[in-house]
Amino acid sequence: MTPSSEYWRGNRDGLPLLLVIAPFGAVFGVVATEAGLDIAQVMGFSVLVIAGAAQFVALQMMVEHAPALIVLAASLAVNLRMAMYSASLAPHLGRLPFWKRALVSYVMVDQTYAAAILRYENQPQLSPQARLAYFLGVATPIVPIWYLFTWAGAALGSAVPAGLPIDFAVPITFIALIVPMLRTLPHVVAALVSILGALFFAGLPFNLGLMVAALLAMVAGAETERRMAKRRGA
Amino acid sequence: MIYSEWQIWAIILGLGLGTYLLRLSFLGLIGSRPMPEWVLRHLRYTAVAVMPGLITPLILFPQATDGQLEPVRLSAALATIAISLWTRNATLTILGGATVLFGLHFALG
Repeated sequence: MTPSSEYWRGNRDGLPLLLVIAPFGAVFGVVATEAGLDIAQVMGFSVLVIAGAAQFVALQMMVEHAPALIVLAASLAVNLRMAMYSASLAPHLGRLPFWKRALVSYVMVDQTYAAAILRYENQPQLSPQARLAYFLGVATPIVPIWYLFTWAGAALGSAVPAGLPIDFAVPITFIALIVPMLRTLPHVVAALVSILGALFFAGLPFNLGLMVAALLAMVAGAETERRMAKRRGA
Repeated sequence: MIYSEWQIWAIILGLGLGTYLLRLSFLGLIGSRPMPEWVLRHLRYTAVAVMPGLITPLILFPQATDGQLEPVRLSAALATIAISLWTRNATLTILGGATVLFGLHFALG
């Protein structure tokens, strides 16, 4: 498993994710333009932020005329999960030089993170270089297509007929990424706590309910693992 | 838009920079320093702790239907989970889920 073979494998694993990245980018371009942003601002969002959910939250709050600082706080809160992804990648990519970790950070989105962490856990013997190559391989089709379809949505307007359930491309892709991770009981427990927690704390402002649910789910997964190991050891 | 040009750019740049710093945070600071075992044990569950909670409201209360549970989306989600368990292949799962979603949309719509 050389870095170059890992790069191409990442490429292959990233391609089906375009089925969600492309429509999501196009819809952002259309909606942001209709909200009154010019094309430079629309592209500014997609190139500088590359985080669809947070971009939509910012846009929605701008349409509602929220104060700029509140717009910023609320959309940043949506991205707090990126810090958790960052921590979870550190044991796998921490030995790389800083500039390579800085590059990975720019292309760290839900899809690249999920694909990479699954690969790293299934192939723990990969070298740091091979891990980097895999991450960049997944990102290579995703990031330019995100830019391109944002631009297309902004420039060409609504080519997507209204009423299609395009919004649902996101959950479908995430299911495809999550289900393969449910290999052990602690993983399943964490996922269940995450679902229940997200529903229970749904009322918290700024999407913070998700963060509370995620922290509880991590504790639940880790605690289940610890107890199982203890029982096996006893 | 009630915002001035510079306010819009301040939001874009602020969100871009803030998001980047969140992404770089641990990866940039910790680097190759070893982390205690209990921290690693928690981090192993990051993905399964964040993503199911992220999509649960999208499945049960879609914004497109004003938060109403809706049979096409719910069936597509359940079918996608089944296809994923059955095929263990992300590409087939995404294609299969999309087929069920659009198939039901046109069949029932």
